[in-house]
Amino acid sequence: MKKRSVVPYGPQHPVLPEPIHLDLVIEDEKIMDVIPSIGFIHRGLEGLTSKRDFNQMAYVAERICGICSFGHGFGYCETVEKIMGVEIPDRAKYLRTIWFEMSRVHSHLLWLGLLADGFGFENLFYQCWRVREKILDMLELTTGGRVIFSVNKIGGVMKDISSTMAKSVLESIDSIEAELKELQKTFMGDYTVESRLKGCGVLTKEQAHALGCAGPFARASGINNDMRLLGYAAYGQLDFEPVISDVGDSYARCDVRIRELFQSFDLIRQCFNKMPSGDLSVDVKGNPKGEHFTRIEQPRGEAVYYVHGNGTPFLDRLRVRTPTFANLAGLCETLKGADYADVGLLVLTIDPCISCTER
Amino acid sequence: MYNMKRSPWVMHYDGSSCNGCDIEVLACLTPVYDAERFGIINTGDPMQADILLITGGINSQNAPVVKQIYEQMPRPKVVCAIGVCACTGGIFKDCYNIKGGADTVIPVDIYVPGCAARPQSIIDGIVKAIDLFQKRLEEHAAMVAEKKEA
Repeated sequence: MKKRSVVPYGPQHPVLPEPIHLDLVIEDEKIMDVIPSIGFIHRGLEGLTSKRDFNQMAYVAERICGICSFGHGFGYCETVEKIMGVEIPDRAKYLRTIWFEMSRVHSHLLWLGLLADGFGFENLFYQCWRVREKILDMLELTTGGRVIFSVNKIGGVMKDISSTMAKSVLESIDSIEAELKELQKTFMGDYTVESRLKGCGVLTKEQAHALGCAGPFARASGINNDMRLLGYAAYGQLDFEPVISDVGDSYARCDVRIRELFQSFDLIRQCFNKMPSGDLSVDVKGNPKGEHFTRIEQPRGEAVYYVHGNGTPFLDRLRVRTPTFANLAGLCETLKGADYADVGLLVLTIDPCISCTER
Repeated sequence: MYNMKRSPWVMHYDGSSCNGCDIEVLACLTPVYDAERFGIINTGDPMQADILLITGGINSQNAPVVKQIYEQMPRPKVVCAIGVCACTGGIFKDCYNIKGGADTVIPVDIYVPGCAARPQSIIDGIVKAIDLFQKRLEEHAAMVAEKKEA
């Protein structure tokens, strides 16, 4: 038997924007086993339910993660609204969908940039982030924030998108789409990118299913798990097909996310076409009593929210199950047998969001 | 040797933030805000870093990591706390696992508030940190010269 050694990876590592620790068992340059350990960003956010009332928790929920901030605020509000039997106005549903898709665009562009940085293509990284600033400008224009938006509240949304704003959002989306087509040529056509990504970290459909993977990571392995098909918010009235690839390597994951970006542009346009006029929110009376589960599709995959209310302003329990946690098992599987040099890249391909995972 | 005002290296570490400030720190380095025009460069190695940008509060798991990173940095060094969580603990102050801001384990020189801190204020913090870094270098040089004379 060859000599095995254990190499610690992280929590502070140049390729990782967030801390996660992996113990890599290596034999020569090949990874034999991976032992992940997490907990560096655990804040105990779910415990704040005893100190903040259910309206304030909407802002706390948004700070579970800065990248998928809108989705977390949305998921929490949706769950509490279901418990209280509140039906939000149609316009609010469409507005939430628009912002959700805009934050998906910013999250995926961020990921594409980090991936390019991961395989050492600095220029491409900067290009992706330059394009991403355009969608952040639009988010700032419509919500007032670049990262944390605070537009969701129990019973609807707080801000409206006026027709002039809508015009500039649509114009901006057109220009981002044009630039993304150029970026797509590099990601999907450049042979250096291809040589780093093709065949790297293959996860089969059976493995992905058995390990319970979520989101674009599982969709790249051929699992149709897009929660938007459940039709929450305005997704039921929109026309879209989930993006699926059945190759299962890093290249397919990149392809799925790029195609999802184009899908998001299409969904935003559909929303602006169909959005009715009307109120932004309804009055909410009383306190939540009962429990409910909500499943939504975050940029990184399926997120589950569980809320248990006891009739007082302070909730009994808030529980969030996040996509990155589901994908960690898949990550360990893809790492086995990979080269040591590919570890940084493979960690990035699941689109890790450790802040979500540890809360 | 002692005029390094135009080329300090920064390092970024995510304490226990929500990621919001981290992506804003990264956005500062990219073309639109371009903090690199001040001569800084982002590095992943604490042993080569002069300025530490830390985001998020401190919990028991990451306290030794933050301390170790700080100790590995060569003197003189400047610490810049980005975002309200790194300053005081912010919205997570009451969470059972948060001890407080970054200054509970390491000395912090510059506080950049905001949730999430805006790129403009992060750049302002970096510029202030660069000035402080140069001041400390000069003090260090004077101290070395004094020792030589004695």
